Amino acid sequence: MSENENVVPVAGGTPPATTGPKAGRGVVGRMARNPLAVAAVVVLVAVVGVSIAAPLLTPFGPNEVIAGLARRPPGAGHPFGGDGAGRDVLSRLLFAGRLTLTGAVVTVVVAMLIGIPSGLLAGYHGKWFDSVSSWFANILIAIPGMVLLLAFIAAAGPQTVPVMAVFGVLLSPGFFRLVRAAVQSVRGELYVDAARIAGLSDARIISRHVVSVVRGPIVIQAAISAGAAVLIQTGLQFLGLGEQGKPSWGQMLSDAFTNIYSAPYLVFYPGLTIAITVAALALFGNALRDALQDRPVRRRRRVDRARAGAASDTTRDVSNASAEAARGPAGEEPLLSVRGLTITYPGDTGDRAVVRGVDLTVDRAQVVGIVGESGSGKTQSAFAVLGLLPTEARIAAGSIRFDGSELSSLDRKARGALRGRRIAYIPQEPMSNLDPSFTIGYQLTEPMRVALGISRAAARNRALELLGTVGITDPLRTFHSYPHQISGGMAQRVLIAGAISCDPELLIADEPTTALDVTVQAEILDLLRGLQRDRGMALLLVTHNFGVVADICDRVVVMQDGRVVEENDVTTVFAAPGHDYTRMLLDAMLDDTSPRPPLVSTTAGRN
Amino acid sequence: MTDTTEVGDPMLHVEHLDVTFPGRGWRAEPFRALRDVSIDIAPGECLGLVGESGSGKTTLGRAILGLVPASGGKVEFDGRRLDGMPRQERRRLSSEIQVVFQDPYTSLNPSLSIGDILAEPLTASGVSRRDARARVGGLLDAVNLPSDAASRLPREFSGGQRQRVAIARALALRPKLIVCDEPVSALDLSTQARVLDLFIELQERTGVAYLFVSHDLQVVRHISHRVAVMYHGEIVETGPGNQVTSAPDHPYTQKLLLAAPVPDPAEQARRRQARHQLAGGR
Repeated sequence: MSENENVVPVAGGTPPATTGPKAGRGVVGRMARNPLAVAAVVVLVAVVGVSIAAPLLTPFGPNEVIAGLARRPPGAGHPFGGDGAGRDVLSRLLFAGRLTLTGAVVTVVVAMLIGIPSGLLAGYHGKWFDSVSSWFANILIAIPGMVLLLAFIAAAGPQTVPVMAVFGVLLSPGFFRLVRAAVQSVRGELYVDAARIAGLSDARIISRHVVSVVRGPIVIQAAISAGAAVLIQTGLQFLGLGEQGKPSWGQMLSDAFTNIYSAPYLVFYPGLTIAITVAALALFGNALRDALQDRPVRRRRRVDRARAGAASDTTRDVSNASAEAARGPAGEEPLLSVRGLTITYPGDTGDRAVVRGVDLTVDRAQVVGIVGESGSGKTQSAFAVLGLLPTEARIAAGSIRFDGSELSSLDRKARGALRGRRIAYIPQEPMSNLDPSFTIGYQLTEPMRVALGISRAAARNRALELLGTVGITDPLRTFHSYPHQISGGMAQRVLIAGAISCDPELLIADEPTTALDVTVQAEILDLLRGLQRDRGMALLLVTHNFGVVADICDRVVVMQDGRVVEENDVTTVFAAPGHDYTRMLLDAMLDDTSPRPPLVSTTAGRN
Repeated sequence: MTDTTEVGDPMLHVEHLDVTFPGRGWRAEPFRALRDVSIDIAPGECLGLVGESGSGKTTLGRAILGLVPASGGKVEFDGRRLDGMPRQERRRLSSEIQVVFQDPYTSLNPSLSIGDILAEPLTASGVSRRDARARVGGLLDAVNLPSDAASRLPREFSGGQRQRVAIARALALRPKLIVCDEPVSALDLSTQARVLDLFIELQERTGVAYLFVSHDLQVVRHISHRVAVMYHGEIVETGPGNQVTSAPDHPYTQKLLLAAPVPDPAEQARRRQARHQLAGGR
């Protein structure tokens, strides 16, 4: 029913464009490609259709006692045979579907009517309503459902609709919590702020920006709740607490059990029907969730490998040649030498290369900057050296040599041993690289104990010493702090302390100052420069900021679209850029542009 | 080019504005995000607002937009008090004050087409659907996007293009003031320069005023007629753009200026020296 709504997020009469409805087609398309989903939908449609059309499908009334049919095995005229009281099993099964489905619909509708509006309100407005409604939801969850239902039946009778409505109330917290959480996460989005500033009313913001987010999860929750409703309902009927006088699956099952010795097959029909219906509901919910998650499965891995073999064979000669050329005049091998590095990702139309034939050389105690805009492949190149590329990425060609040994031929373990001992790394987002649930001290000492094999006390002393080295004024206090208690600049100092704890020969820094304020950036750059000089460490710095390059780097590598377009001394690059792209980037810097003159009345007068 | 900063009556007048956030936790100290902030913006003027993270510059923008309540002082726009204005009434003002946010990825609803995103503020203000659609083409044109962009989804665009969409959305209601909250800091260098030029061009063409919030002194210098510097929730310096960004009075602004690295190794080494001296001589 509602899966159609998910198909068209671009509502409102948008003319269909060639690329437009891509997002919408996805959900139903992915559902249709999932055989389990298709089977589940077919079963559900069949159950509903057959129940509605029951009088047309069978000539016998559900409660009609036919002489001589009692416990008669399946045969002509009565394909499922007769039950203990001589009624036709097939017609009872078909008619019973109506009661079950009515019950399930009542439950789901009641649960949604209570859960969704209250969830929307609680999530969007928060404040007192949120507290009160969450409190009620928690109470409902705490009540044992079966006991309450039995009490209700004892007091008010076994009528299906009221009983299942009560069950709907019990299930409403599921919808409430789901919707509330989804709305809370959307409420913080900037586009909701923008809608508010654009003058949209709350009702309109909710219907337009919020409901579209919770639609999918609600359908899933509805399917799961319907399954639960069918089960609880048949359970009550089995116990003899169902509505009297109307056929039901649970009652049929109960009847079958009383005849289990004389006609054991009677158990199968209601049992299978219940199992298949509930399973179909659950599978439908699961399939919809998978479809909404929007994760295309990669299937071409094997082909990739075969192709990779071929590709690297052809490029190997080239990379060998350039490796020779890369050796310095003295013939001494550089600390890091990357030759012909090509990194590909599987894409919709074959492999997509994000780094193509990159050469990179870092000498000992040298600071090399990789500059480029987003998507230039600068971070990917650095991650390839670290061996930290995502699993779907593949080094299709090229060699990475560190201190004379080829890195790409090392196994994972040897690679891991190199990282954190001889090659260290500083990330861009210092905060997200610290675990909020452990103290700084723990996060500094644990890796040290593993990498250096030192005792806890020795690691602690070393960590305190390092925190002092990176310019933290009160090392002991920081040591015992949790990440949320320190600033971003401090967090970056902590990560630098961790990175240099093993005296690495090469430090790779990926935009180490981008997330920091300029004044903090200047301090961190001072710190990095000092550490690099004192320890004779090589530094490979990935950045988009030419100012940072000018501040700290000896050599510069400029990347564009996965290729190195220029490599030179820092002074040469700034004084006489050799490539148009470098010139364009330098021109885009706003340093030498003239400031805007003050506003004079003529400009203002145009208003 | 003498003292031309007084251009008629200010359109936006913020006086002694305080914004306080309740502290987290039981009986925690409330956090004073803004203290005694006063700024003026004239029609057609761009006021740059510089500061580091946590200085309160974004909060000032949000207070003007009505997204956070003021706890003291006043915000006047065209002679009307904005602070404490009921939401119903505030909504009607939406055509006059608009916003461009920092992050072009989360400021556009990913499930709406560009055309719907741009038409939304128009239909909310009572323009018919058909007229709104017709104006979307003009808006896309104003920010140099192709008109077939209307039928596409945000994810098909790059960061710079998305920011153009956000600018077009802000322009849709022909506002008098746009609060620009770090609108170029998530963009690449070359894109940043082009988007800034678009801001300037639109201002010269439409006479809209900007409150341009940024952490980058050079960006602010490029686009602002006047610059205000924020530090710990207070405005420490205000003046003509050229003066504040090249010969600032306040030590904090001086520090900020010297901390920004320049793309010239020799000059950068000199500035580093100057910065160390400033820090040492304090």
